[in-house]
Amino acid sequence: MNTAHKPKARYGMVIDLDRCNGCGGCAAACAVENNVPPAAPKASDRTGLTWMRIYRAENGRSFPENRTAFFPISCQHCGAHTPCVSVCPQNAVDINPETGVVSQIPPRCLGCRYCMTACPFHARYFNWSDPEWPRDMENALNPDVSVRMRGVVEKCNFCHSRWQAAVAKAAANGKREIDPADYVPACVEACPTEAIAFGNLDDPRSEVSRQSRAPNAFRLLAKLGTDPKVYYRSDRDWVRRMGDTDVAYESEASRG
Amino acid sequence: MKNRAWLTFAVGLLAALGGGWFAVPWAMYRRSEQPVQFSHRVHTSEAVGLSCQDCHALSDGGKFGGIPRLETCAPCHAEPQGKSADEKRFINEYVAKNREVQWLVYARQPENVYFSHAPHIRLAGLKCEQCHGQHGTTDRLRTFERNRISTYPRDVEGYSLVRLQPSRWNEGMKMDDCSRCHHERGVEESCLTCHK
Repeated sequence: MNTAHKPKARYGMVIDLDRCNGCGGCAAACAVENNVPPAAPKASDRTGLTWMRIYRAENGRSFPENRTAFFPISCQHCGAHTPCVSVCPQNAVDINPETGVVSQIPPRCLGCRYCMTACPFHARYFNWSDPEWPRDMENALNPDVSVRMRGVVEKCNFCHSRWQAAVAKAAANGKREIDPADYVPACVEACPTEAIAFGNLDDPRSEVSRQSRAPNAFRLLAKLGTDPKVYYRSDRDWVRRMGDTDVAYESEASRG
Repeated sequence: MKNRAWLTFAVGLLAALGGGWFAVPWAMYRRSEQPVQFSHRVHTSEAVGLSCQDCHALSDGGKFGGIPRLETCAPCHAEPQGKSADEKRFINEYVAKNREVQWLVYARQPENVYFSHAPHIRLAGLKCEQCHGQHGTTDRLRTFERNRISTYPRDVEGYSLVRLQPSRWNEGMKMDDCSRCHHERGVEESCLTCHK
C-alpha cells in the first residue's frame, strides 16, 4: 500500500525539550480532551492508555555532571511508509488527506495489534478492558470525541475533533480555510512552558514550520525514513543524540 | 408425486426467501410512534408559509440543524390554530405544562459520527431534501424504527435489503450515501473526515 501521498496540509508539532520540565500537563490535558479513562486497577506501563507519554532520559554521568531530559511522545504522524497504515488488515488506519493526520478508527479495528508492533514509537495503545470512569465523571466526558470499547487500539490524532469544529466554524462564516487559532491540540494549549508549537508544516510562515527548520531540530528515529511530523528541539548534543536511540526503553518518568 | 415434491420445494423456498427478505428486517427494528403527531405539509403550505430554516435553525457553531424546542412552537400554538385532536393534546399536555416534547429523531447519527450542517449548506449549497428527502411535505410523522442491536435509527445505518422504497429508505443519511456524494463531488472521504 502506498502511504506516501501528499496531503493538502501537513499538521505537525515542534517540542522544545529544553523548555519541557516533564510536568505531565500535556498528558493530563490530552486524557481529559480525548476521553481517555483513568488507569484500570491492574493496568501496568504496558497495558495503560497514554496518548501522550513522557519518557525520562539521562545523560549517564554521575553527579554533578548528571543531566535529565523529558521526551513527551505521542503518535509521530509518519508521512511516508507509515508503518501502522501499511500493516492494518482492516483499513482502520489511514492518513487524512486534508490534515496529514494518521487516523485510527476504533469501530473498524479488530484488535489484532499488528499496528502496535509495527509502530517504532510505541505510540499506540490497546484497550484491554472497557473504559470505566468514577461515578459522575461520565458527565464530564467530551461529547466531540467518541469513547472506545474493549478490544480496539487507540492513539493520538492531534485532537482531530478540534479541527472538525474549526472547519464547521469557518464554514458557518462561509469560509473554506480555517483560522489557525481555532485548531490547537489540548497538549499544546496546556503546556505551561509553551514548549510545544503546532501548525501546518507546509505553511512557510507558520511558527511550527520555522521551528522545524531550526538547526537544533531533529526527529525521533529519523533513520527509519518514516517522515514523522513531530519534531523535537534541543541545544544539548546528548539530547539530540537520543533521537536516534531507543528512547522508549530508557527509564520512564510517567506511568500509564 | 413428482409435482408434490416440486410444490413442497417451492413453498419452502418462498418461505425461506420471505423470512430472509421481510421477517428478518421486520424483527430487526423496534417500532415506536412519535409522542405527538405533526404535519410538515400544513406548516410548509402556502397558508402558513414556513420554510425549513424557520424552525430548524443552525446553532452558533453551525453544527446542528436541530429539532425545534417548545419555545419555537409555543408563540403560535398558545391557542389552537386548527381543529386536530393532536394539536389540542399538544397544547394541553406540553404547551400549557411547559414540557418539552421528546421527539424521536430519525436523523440522529451514531456517537462516533461527526456531522456539521454548516459546510454542507453554506459551502456545498445542498438543499435539505438532498439528505432528508421529502420529509418537509409529509402529512404525518412516520413510525420511528430503531435497530434492536445497534440502537441506531433505521434511517442512518446499514444498507436497505431491498431498495423497493427508495424515497423512504434511501434518503441519504447512511454512511454509503455520504460516501457516494463525497466521492461524486471530489470531497475528501477519509475516515476522520466524518468520524470522531
